[in-house]
Amino acid sequence: MNGSIVGSYVVPVHPHPLLVPEKNEGWGRIRAAFDEARNAIKESGADLLIIYSTTWPSIIGHQIQADPNPQWTLVDHDFHDLGSMDYSFNIDAEFAEAWNEANHNRGLQSRTVAYHGFPIDVGSVVALKLLNPDNAIPAVIVSSNVYANRSETTVLAKACLDVIQKTGRKAVAVTAMSMSNRMFTEFIEPSEDRIHSLKDDEWNRKVLEFLEEGRLEDVAQLSRTIHQQIRVQKVVTFKPMWWLSAMNGNRNNLTGRILAYEALHGAGGAVVQLDPTSTGMGDKEYDEDDVEYYKGERNVLSADEDATVSEESITPSTGPALWEPPEGKGAVNSKAAPKPVGMYPHARQVGDLLYLSGVGPRQPGTNTIPGGPIRDGEGNPVEYDIKAQTRAVVENIARILEEAGSSMDKIVDVTSFLVDMDRDFAGYNEVWAETLGHYGPTRTTLAIRALPTPIAVEMKVIAKI
Amino acid sequence: MAKGSIVAGCIAPHPPHLVYAENPPQNEPTSEGGWEQLRWGYERLRESLSKVDHDVLVLLSPHWQTYVGTHFLGLSHFEGLSVDPVFPNLFRYEYNLNIDVELSQAIHDKASNSGLAVKMMKNPDFRVDYGTITTGHMVNPAFDKPLVVISSNRSTDYYSVEVMQEMMMELGRVTREAIEESGKKAVILASNSLSHRHFTTETDVPEDMSKEHIASHAMHLWDMRIIDYIRTGQAQRILDEMPEFTEQAIAESDGGGLTWLLSTLSVPDYPGILHGYGTIIGTGNAVVEWPCHSHEGGSQ
Ligand SMILES: [Fe+2]
Repeated sequence: MNGSIVGSYVVPVHPHPLLVPEKNEGWGRIRAAFDEARNAIKESGADLLIIYSTTWPSIIGHQIQADPNPQWTLVDHDFHDLGSMDYSFNIDAEFAEAWNEANHNRGLQSRTVAYHGFPIDVGSVVALKLLNPDNAIPAVIVSSNVYANRSETTVLAKACLDVIQKTGRKAVAVTAMSMSNRMFTEFIEPSEDRIHSLKDDEWNRKVLEFLEEGRLEDVAQLSRTIHQQIRVQKVVTFKPMWWLSAMNGNRNNLTGRILAYEALHGAGGAVVQLDPTSTGMGDKEYDEDDVEYYKGERNVLSADEDATVSEESITPSTGPALWEPPEGKGAVNSKAAPKPVGMYPHARQVGDLLYLSGVGPRQPGTNTIPGGPIRDGEGNPVEYDIKAQTRAVVENIARILEEAGSSMDKIVDVTSFLVDMDRDFAGYNEVWAETLGHYGPTRTTLAIRALPTPIAVEMKVIAKI
Repeated sequence: MAKGSIVAGCIAPHPPHLVYAENPPQNEPTSEGGWEQLRWGYERLRESLSKVDHDVLVLLSPHWQTYVGTHFLGLSHFEGLSVDPVFPNLFRYEYNLNIDVELSQAIHDKASNSGLAVKMMKNPDFRVDYGTITTGHMVNPAFDKPLVVISSNRSTDYYSVEVMQEMMMELGRVTREAIEESGKKAVILASNSLSHRHFTTETDVPEDMSKEHIASHAMHLWDMRIIDYIRTGQAQRILDEMPEFTEQAIAESDGGGLTWLLSTLSVPDYPGILHGYGTIIGTGNAVVEWPCHSHEGGSQ
């Protein structure tokens, strides 16, 4: 299937255009721009709205809304006197779950949230109520992680694109964000609203000029500078542009339109439309590394010795596809063992003997490789820990045996495969002695050229049952 | 009318983990416990406060964040479901609490007169923030005393810790004045952790205490420094070092609660009681009480 991004939008986060558009002409023009964007989205034939919201900060990785029908009445923390916002949204929970899984595959910390009463943020509520008032298009919402840097935010977008492509969706990407975000810290009359300072206004106009020329990646690369110049430092960084640009293939040749730019209690509020159609204005000049997998520090809870290598414990999703192990006569499959890379069971019983398919170190569920993969996503060799990998193999074997009603002491014969005998035999042998060696099975160790996933060791086991 | 007074001032941190670990009927998720050092600390605080007569709890929470002025809950009753946006797996709590609107309005009016931007929050649909509810629960799980709930003005984000301190010292001063004029006996609660560097991952079992520790040695040193000032009656030094502490320990004191608390207590030169200290997903938390009733004679 061939999914794609059929349109992108930048929209402001303040509740004024939703609740009191009549109180200020500028707020009314923002409201009209929302209406125009809504019509354009409708005409684009989009079947999915994806909101990245800066007013939903998260700490434990990114969070994705996955309640199919969240309902509540939201009241803004600051602007509670403008009124209440009832909402009832149509969330594509299936897409949310798939995105969450795609995040894990690309090394990101991520989770879905589906709880009655979960506080959906004001930026998302304003965007969805104004862009999708009848809930005709299913939506997903993702948080803005406060610690996420450019690579993490870029990989988040690429994981989302993985799912869009796989499911053939026609998606619209929306960032709910302010331009300059310095508000007046005093109460003002609606008629007094203006951009907080001339400097903020000038920067906003510069950024909007870039966007009007379709130069989204240029804005993304200027993100840190823009944040320094016109953003309240500790609030939220200008990172949504990283996400939006990656959602559009990091391009500078989109077709941009500024539908509105106005003040919202001093902050810069803009509605911007970015059509994926190429204008030929120019191509990207990429001055930062592109990044496919997130390998940054996330494993801060681990105090054990493996903590340093486990940062690399990421399985490139470029490996072979995973299969559900087939059921069949005598087949033994375990949810506690990693999924096979072909159509075969974890083990098969014949009489009182149990034959195990080759077992590697991949972790069930997450598919990560303890001790790290032997190659990165581009196929370049990387440092790995053979002892951690071997230990993980032995643990996987134990799980499969347990599922079959057998155990480690009943192992009869083991054939081990190493992709680098010179480098790895000693470490592998050491773990063997600590584990399987105690039970005394016969053993044969072979050097082979490669295994189907980026692992260094695999074992083939025959046990009694 | 007899003069009102502040009978105790407390640092009362609000990680939802503590409520989760207690398994109260109001909270839907259930746990196998955890964070006992802090929960026992709260137990000692409750025990201590139960011996001091008081009418109202006055609380400032860093999770009602307002950029435009300082706000006060301005209706007499709030109830509903609170779901923590960061830890929804731990905290989905049915709250039901009463507000001392009269005292809130009095503090509001005094603050307004002294030039602070303030507003009463009177929208009945408003959801009370989870910091208020967690601190409220840990101090008084029955919620049988009215609260005054004050928002956290984010002046640190906009200006600097120094500007925040000036504003919060003033807010603290008028809070004290309003309490004294009200004739009521009040407990002041700064809903505040100390060092605030979080882990960015969560264990499968959130209450797995084998994974709980301070985020870094530097954070530990800051926590112990602040606790030392508390225990030796040197609150002024906490205020003096607030800019460095807030920046280097990424401390939740950026929300103004700690400064406001010390100001309501006229910057105590007597020791605070450390009821407990512990870490929660790497952040440092202390349960502290300044027993003003025994130092100020109750009616100064
Ligand atoms: Fe907090």
